[in-house]
Amino acid sequence: MTGLLQDIGFSRDLAVLIAKAAGVIVVAVFGLLWTLLGIWLERKWAARFQDRVGPNRVGPFGLIQTVADTVKILLKEDIMNKGVDRWVFNLAPILAVLAVTLIWAVVPFSAAWIGTDLNIGVFYLLAVGALGTVAVIMAGWSSNNKYALLSAYRAVAQLVSYEVPMVLALLVPVLLSGSMSTQEIVRQQHIWYVFAAPLTVLLFLISGQAEIGRGPFDLLEAESELVSGFHIEYSGMKFGMFYVAEFLHAFTVGVLTAILFLGGWRGPFAEDVAILGFFYLMIKSLFAYWVLVWVRMTLPRVRIDHLLDFNWKFLVPVGLANLLIVALVWKAIPGTDQISSFGDAVVPTLALLLVNVAMFLVIGALLADRGRRERARIEARVAGADLPVETVAGAGD
Amino acid sequence: MVPLWMYLVVAAALFSTGLFGVLARRNAIAILMSIELMLNAVNINLVAFWRYNTPLDLSGQAFAVFVFVVAAAEVAVGLALIISIYRKRQSVIAEDVNMLKW
Amino acid sequence: MELTAESIVFLIMSAITLGGGLLVVSARNLFHAGLYLMVSLLGVAGLFVLLSAPFLAGVQVVVYIGAIAILIILAIMLTPSVTQLPAIFNRQWAFNLALAAFFFVLLVSVVSPIMGELGVDAWNADFTQKNPADVPADSIVNLGKDLVDPDKYMLPFEVASVLLMAALIGAVLLVSPDKAKADEGGED
Repeated sequence: MTGLLQDIGFSRDLAVLIAKAAGVIVVAVFGLLWTLLGIWLERKWAARFQDRVGPNRVGPFGLIQTVADTVKILLKEDIMNKGVDRWVFNLAPILAVLAVTLIWAVVPFSAAWIGTDLNIGVFYLLAVGALGTVAVIMAGWSSNNKYALLSAYRAVAQLVSYEVPMVLALLVPVLLSGSMSTQEIVRQQHIWYVFAAPLTVLLFLISGQAEIGRGPFDLLEAESELVSGFHIEYSGMKFGMFYVAEFLHAFTVGVLTAILFLGGWRGPFAEDVAILGFFYLMIKSLFAYWVLVWVRMTLPRVRIDHLLDFNWKFLVPVGLANLLIVALVWKAIPGTDQISSFGDAVVPTLALLLVNVAMFLVIGALLADRGRRERARIEARVAGADLPVETVAGAGD
Repeated sequence: MVPLWMYLVVAAALFSTGLFGVLARRNAIAILMSIELMLNAVNINLVAFWRYNTPLDLSGQAFAVFVFVVAAAEVAVGLALIISIYRKRQSVIAEDVNMLKW
Repeated sequence: MELTAESIVFLIMSAITLGGGLLVVSARNLFHAGLYLMVSLLGVAGLFVLLSAPFLAGVQVVVYIGAIAILIILAIMLTPSVTQLPAIFNRQWAFNLALAAFFFVLLVSVVSPIMGELGVDAWNADFTQKNPADVPADSIVNLGKDLVDPDKYMLPFEVASVLLMAALIGAVLLVSPDKAKADEGGED
């Protein structure tokens, strides 16, 4: 495309600029259009989990329900309360969408299609993810509403805390592939990393679920406590933007899982036919995303102190131990720094798989032991002091 | 490329801004933010000198990394101090904390 | 200075950095000051990218914006009654402003070529250099290796981790609620 523009008569710098801008627009528009379909898909899945039918009136199978919703949301009155901090209030939804779309710049759609192949790709993901937290805080503070402010407090506690296990999980594929570039990580997965590091995938999914504020970790917008959290005062398209950002962020976690652990665009003939690679990536992302929706629809919400306890007393130590053990094993196996084919990867992957199974067993044993002691303690308290049950029920620590 | 002194001027301006903030602001959190600005000015200098003088030797970048670490530690302890002072005296004005002053 | 794409980006990033910085020290509303701090830090990250240190730019965004600035904003929200003060500067602010301005003039006179043009021989002409050697492509890898190289930065690296640990424990101890409850009424 740069060459074409230069032929028309643009200077080289300008041609590169235009080509990049076009790429940005294509990637961003794809992400936002995908939202239209994705929200329908998620609502259908959610409905099935709850034994409902889901959207089924507008269009075949309710396919264009989202379009109808968009029209409705666009026509709604744009309410701005008294005491609202105008600039911050209006900027927050924009920043929320921006933070998510920026992630797509480093998503390798196929062997040749990638926005830009940064050599600090994984790091860039984290950096951009941090901006999403800022959007939530801005929205919560500027709304001049107690519930929104409480949600912002929770956002700081939850999103910043869960970034720690997320980093620890992200470091494992970086370690295995020897690169921080997302494209290089995909190329190095001659065998998907999900087989070499299943524990890491679990860590990543849990912390990812917390980062997007969904499922059992949706304390940012817990309806029964905070009405709807940080976006309580938003209406019309501003609320719509938060909605889009939330969905897109969730789906992006699925895409990242596919890229980092499920081999990205890799599949039969994907090297040669670019569109096939894109197809594989979408299938894998949808699967990972389906797992996230499954968890979201199945588990009840956790309490805020349990949430933080779970992070600092379980996920972070497990993440650290996992990273150290994987690094040690990877270093101990000879030849892991030059894996270039399926055959090379078999032995290290099997070794890591065994180590992971051992880690799962140890963690399971520790958890079972702790659960047993906890139960014994509570039973002793109930039997000894004859306390009313509700004072005991919350004793999680 | 842009000549080196321009980066240094930007860093100097940022440092002076931070210096003024540290000396003149009353709120302890604002003072902490101004300190962050000064640390960032130092970082710009470190990276600029690394880029222009010794791009092969990574000392400048390594020092910048250590500045990050120190900044993180400083903010953690500084904010903890401010919060604990606020709990005791219901104030985050630096002038109100003057028991050791004579 | 001719206006190449790079110099334009440099000017924009400098404007963001300095404008954000000025607003941080002058904003009446502390929450806004925190947001301006983020803007300023983002500008610094842009300068790092221009200086071909993308890794540091990433660290800047993750550590400074993602952690430090957010923590500062949390502290601002936790001390709500003082986001708006009658006077944001102390009584000596004019003197301090003069001091900072003097310091700035001093620094500029050292680093910018003005002194050289005014005929001061001792001025360091190194600062006008424009075309440094290229950064090797594997500089990020080398930075990682240098940081854990016993001959280079391993000791500072380990000391830094100890420092972080100490800061972590110190911060937890300082704000731990049990201690505050025990000390209630006392003046420490």
